[in-house]
Amino acid sequence: MIGKKTEQTLGFASLFLAIGLAVFSLGIMIYFIFAGGFRVISWEFLTAVPRESMTAGGVGPAIVGTFYLVAGAIIFALPLGVACAVYLTEYSPKSLVVNVIRMSINNLAGVPSVVFGLFGLGIFVKFLGFGVSALSGSLTLGILVLPQIISASQEALLAVPQSMREASLAVGATHWQTVKKITIPAALPGILTGVILSIGRVAGETAPIMFTAATFYTRGFPKSWLGEVMALPYHIYALMTEGTHPEAQTQIAYGCAMILLALVLLISLAAIIIRQRQRAAYEQ
Amino acid sequence: MSNKIKIEVRDVNFWYGQTHALKSVNMDIYENNVTALIGPSGCGKSTFIRLFNRMNELIPKVTYEGRILLEGQDIFAAGVDVVEIRRRVGMVFQKPNPFPKSVYENLSYGLKINGLRDRDEIHERVIQSLKDAALWPEVKDRLKQSALMLSGGQQQRLCIARCLAVKPDVILFDEPCASLDPISTAKIEELIEQLRKTYTIVMVTHNMQQAARVSQFTGFMFLGEVIEFAPTDAIFTVPRNKMTEDYITGKFG
Repeated sequence: MIGKKTEQTLGFASLFLAIGLAVFSLGIMIYFIFAGGFRVISWEFLTAVPRESMTAGGVGPAIVGTFYLVAGAIIFALPLGVACAVYLTEYSPKSLVVNVIRMSINNLAGVPSVVFGLFGLGIFVKFLGFGVSALSGSLTLGILVLPQIISASQEALLAVPQSMREASLAVGATHWQTVKKITIPAALPGILTGVILSIGRVAGETAPIMFTAATFYTRGFPKSWLGEVMALPYHIYALMTEGTHPEAQTQIAYGCAMILLALVLLISLAAIIIRQRQRAAYEQ
Repeated sequence: MSNKIKIEVRDVNFWYGQTHALKSVNMDIYENNVTALIGPSGCGKSTFIRLFNRMNELIPKVTYEGRILLEGQDIFAAGVDVVEIRRRVGMVFQKPNPFPKSVYENLSYGLKINGLRDRDEIHERVIQSLKDAALWPEVKDRLKQSALMLSGGQQQRLCIARCLAVKPDVILFDEPCASLDPISTAKIEELIEQLRKTYTIVMVTHNMQQAARVSQFTGFMFLGEVIEFAPTDAIFTVPRNKMTEDYITGKFG
């Protein structure tokens, strides 16, 4: 038998160990990426096109391409996802069919991303004829994060107290006015949290864009939504698996990883700022 | 005391799924009077009051029958605009529920959603409502601040003001002082006394002294039935029903 004080100490110690381990692995990862990537980062690296079989020049088109894909995916998935969530939480009758829909959406979140890639290839690239393009890739990535955005939005909407809806209805608001003016604004910070997580996911996915959008090399910057694009995650994959100058390529891959991290942080930061503003407007 | 009947409740039955929550309820609500509904928890008084603005319909699987006539018009009839009913029959809830918006926006909301566009008129009515709810002196310098910064009692008066802004005929109070301290409670009671001159008021209360202080009519409910309905003076001095007497003297409840 151990005393309850000792037991408490042990308990706290193991919790501390857990958080320490998590922070440590994250720290190590960031350290290696930055240590490996830092040397290749330069203005030219950020803005120029690749040269000499990827061993020199920059990754500018991949940065812009990733930006295209993320922006396109969010522009597509955010309104659609929020609309679905609003329908499911505010409008649909509580029936078996709706429960099945809800369950399917949750399960969709667990489908491997390469499957989404194949789906995108079938639907967007071939059937709709968008070809291998930023548009096809964006739509595929959008569908990939749709379940995540729907779930986050649903959670956020359900967390809005029923008393808010009642207060609005009690002064003669219609259901739609209540949803538009009270429920969605109150849920927005939670919805944006879902968006922030989705941005990270979209920016980093490789498999869904392999067949739908990404290419190893373009001569210039992306010019149209209907053209192939370079993308950072795919570029990393290509650098590490193909080519003839492994050492030079590995360095560049690290540089890309570092930029990818920074890009996700930057885009998320924008969403975080919007969320903070929204919260401040509500709670000051 | 006005003798005009504002609302007639006729043979209303109400079910939550299989549970029979209101049983053949009849009642007359008199204009410009406060009608208090008392009774132990679960007796159906909140269910009853929420019929008047059809708020119960938000709950799935409820059924009801009977008629509620607001100035002669059956509010349950087909073709009745529930949104308009809710504007005419305002409601103040048990817990203050201001919107997480500014004091001003809390009041202008109801006006805007009801189609008022004239900014001067909105402004005028916001201020008038705050005055009518006896809140103006306390918030006149903080109209732009979040309503959530106000104290509980102030928030509840803001909710009353929000309700007044859209000019209802009837105001429902569902235990408006349940979460307030005695001083805030006194202010609300005073306010209800004032409001009765312009509005018809129905309130649910757990507090029998409150019913005695502010109401002119009292209905005692038990297990979904109205056991006794009479002028408040009568019900608290010479209750006709043994159960009413036991309840108001504190023998059960």
